[in-house]
Amino acid sequence: MLQINCPWCGPRDETEFHYGGEAHVPYPEDPFELDDQQWARYLFYRANPRGLLSERWSHAVGCRRWFNAVRDTVTYEFKTEYKMSDPRPNLGNVGGAL
Amino acid sequence: MADLLPDHPDFLWRNPDPKPSYDVVIVGGGGHGLATAYYLAKHHGITNVAVLEKGWLGGGNMARNTTIIRSNYLWDESSGMYEHSLKLWEQLPDELDYDFLFSQRGVMNLAHTLQDVRESTRRVNANKLNGVDAEWIDPQQVKELCPIINIGDDIRYPIMGATYQPRAGIAKHDHVAWAFARKADEMGVDIIQNCEVTGFVKEAGRVIAVETNRGRINTGKVALCGAGNSSVLSELAGFELPIQSHPLQALVSELHEMVHPTVVMSNHVHVYVSQAHKGELVMGAGIDAYNGYGQRGSFHVIEEQMAAAVELFPIFARAHVLRTWGGVVDVTLDASPIVSKTPVDQLYVNCGWGTGGFKGTPGAGFTLAHTIAHDEPHPLNEAFSLERFETGMLIDEHGAAAVAH
Repeated sequence: MLQINCPWCGPRDETEFHYGGEAHVPYPEDPFELDDQQWARYLFYRANPRGLLSERWSHAVGCRRWFNAVRDTVTYEFKTEYKMSDPRPNLGNVGGAL
Repeated sequence: MADLLPDHPDFLWRNPDPKPSYDVVIVGGGGHGLATAYYLAKHHGITNVAVLEKGWLGGGNMARNTTIIRSNYLWDESSGMYEHSLKLWEQLPDELDYDFLFSQRGVMNLAHTLQDVRESTRRVNANKLNGVDAEWIDPQQVKELCPIINIGDDIRYPIMGATYQPRAGIAKHDHVAWAFARKADEMGVDIIQNCEVTGFVKEAGRVIAVETNRGRINTGKVALCGAGNSSVLSELAGFELPIQSHPLQALVSELHEMVHPTVVMSNHVHVYVSQAHKGELVMGAGIDAYNGYGQRGSFHVIEEQMAAAVELFPIFARAHVLRTWGGVVDVTLDASPIVSKTPVDQLYVNCGWGTGGFKGTPGAGFTLAHTIAHDEPHPLNEAFSLERFETGMLIDEHGAAAVAH
């Protein structure tokens, strides 16, 4: 089981958390401007790197707050956790940009 | 000492060095890649084919799945694909001249809630209309088919009935890979192991070669059969796929006398169980929630599926786990695969089979081979295109996918 460091509560078991997938995917500013191809990308395409991924987690049975983390999808090691309002940390080649 | 050993038995396939050029290069030497090579040679007369495998043949998900074969999916498109695949399974032991222990012992999908019952009976009706053998059975019939199951009402989610597909079953997965490999090899296909693709060479929007750790290989066409690593391959080729790679775990018990005559799957309490020919109880469940390429998952997922199994089968309470393992599955948002042309000319992709790719092995190979040979899809995989994510013509099989995707 993973141990995940909630930025507010500290390290807790993975079973306390809910996974939210790729971070930094904003709702389109003007949805009416998007064509079918752009909608498909927004709805169905997410980064799927073999390596570092910035992603969302929620401390679902703890403080119930969402946060972002950068994790290695091969070793599963968490590199850093940060608040959703913070920019993506600069750790080199982090997947998660569409 | 060595001269006292018996001669090595015949090898099932050659181990050739890559040639400078092929008509078709298939990336990925698992079940789907090998089946594609086989059907390219058998149905389309295309034998100047290489299957490139970065590790060893059939060593990825082909060696890690729980071997369940069935075709009781809801939608017409899925029925077409999976039922054709099941019909191919029924021919393959003779056709490949290899007894890979295909056992049509039936598959049950349990219903535990009123919603399950409604979804299940609807799916049985849809199956019957599509010519797929399916029936709705009540708890007593469940018990008759599988005497060790607990149909009492003293558990959290009592069994309210099940769908049953008698023609479904299991097979010995590694033998399936070897059977396809041997026949493809006999027809001239080069199976090249320890050969990792590191790049694609394109000219005017068309693929013309692959770069590998064993040098450049020119080719007329390329097919990606990379399962969990499909996104990595497509990125090298310059396009993206709408899939996410997740760990999927399974486990076996130590060997037992035969107690479990069929295959039981439960979407709601999240476990599926069969008993292998050797006697191990084979169990699996849903994916780990996070993206992962590590071929391992978290142990609480194993604990939860064992708890579910013991509730359904009290006799398992004293069985021991012999081994657990994980693979990497490529999951789409509609729980249906992609067998399709791509934005790159003469480059084709087969991916997104999620947690259910083993049953689709012959169907994927059959339709992908046709797509490669004709540069257009077979009617059976036309709907399983990349374009469906733009047109909205999704094939939403979450209900019939049997486990959480």
